[in-house]
Amino acid sequence: MFFPISGADISPIYLVIVGFVIGIMGGFFGVGGSFIAGPALRLVGLDWNFAVGTDLAHIVGKSVVAVRQHRAFGNVDLRLGCIMALGTIGGAEVGAQLIQALKRAGNVNLVVSIVSIVVYLSISTFMLWESRKTLISQKGRLPRGKVKGVKSKEDHSAFGPVTRSIQQLKIWPMIALPASGIKEISLWLILFVAFVGGFFSGFLGGGAGYIRMPSMVYVLGIPTHLAVGTDLFEIIISASYGTFSHAVKGNVDILIALVMHTGAAIGAQIGAICTQYFAGPKIRLAFVPLPLIGAAIVIYTLFTGHKL
Amino acid sequence: MKKETAKTLRAFAIELAIYALLVVAYFFLVLHFLGGWLYQLESQHRYIYASVAILLMIGQAVVLQNVTTLLLRFIRGRAG
Repeated sequence: MFFPISGADISPIYLVIVGFVIGIMGGFFGVGGSFIAGPALRLVGLDWNFAVGTDLAHIVGKSVVAVRQHRAFGNVDLRLGCIMALGTIGGAEVGAQLIQALKRAGNVNLVVSIVSIVVYLSISTFMLWESRKTLISQKGRLPRGKVKGVKSKEDHSAFGPVTRSIQQLKIWPMIALPASGIKEISLWLILFVAFVGGFFSGFLGGGAGYIRMPSMVYVLGIPTHLAVGTDLFEIIISASYGTFSHAVKGNVDILIALVMHTGAAIGAQIGAICTQYFAGPKIRLAFVPLPLIGAAIVIYTLFTGHKL
Repeated sequence: MKKETAKTLRAFAIELAIYALLVVAYFFLVLHFLGGWLYQLESQHRYIYASVAILLMIGQAVVLQNVTTLLLRFIRGRAG
């Protein structure tokens, strides 16, 4: 099927399947799935700048579906999500401007590939270490079966002591996040985490949930289930902004995004329902292979020279 | 328990089949009626195109979620 905006010829079945797989991951892990969607779009011949912008547009729709589902489970902290959106938008604009500068310099594909490999490998390694350590310790072990109620959403992490020290930083203004069970935290800390996530969102594409979701758990101390739901809520705002910014720069093929989203809509609902059956550390451990898959695809492209 | 799982899986398979048919029909509608217009908009009015793109995406998300929810309710209602 020919898509006139990007000039690409792509099978709609391929796009629906990619959307479905990413939808399940998005609903379950609270990520945009750009580490799969970006390379998957490159695989069928889309340039990185189009892959980044189109993926962002598709993420907006998928996150709307997943958030509605998570909200029904009480997994969304609206206050935290709105604050984080501010930091993310600032970071996303800086990231998008950097992409434009690299596009003008003519080396956008190489730089984005190398940065994405480094980021994906770092996240996977850290989360593997932390979630395994947490699961081995007595605290991390929770009974099998459906995870229900507020208590089940309380999280334990091997990185907990570091998280508590970070939370104790008294940089005015301090705010409370009762929905996430946090009595006091610096507003600047939340904005900083959001800015970093936003920067990678604008630079590497997607909602950058693969950075923000772990940051919310390890730096801000948000329980995993709430981090997943809140991150998705925040992604709606930031990805909408990112989509607008990229569309104005000519990097969005909305027809491809709409076709991808038909698969993602059903996948996102399945993923969100699945979170109710797993404890926090298990969700984090299951997260580990995802950035590795993205890194493997980018490495393959880099070494073989195939348009991926 | 096994009977319940089989029923859920069957309902899900029926839902997927109906959903696939609806999606194929939708592709033709979107690509035939909106494709040319969106292409023109993208090349001539970027700011309007950007706003329309976001609205289309959110609109599709809400409609598709309602469709899947209705389908599930309808199929489970009939199965149960």
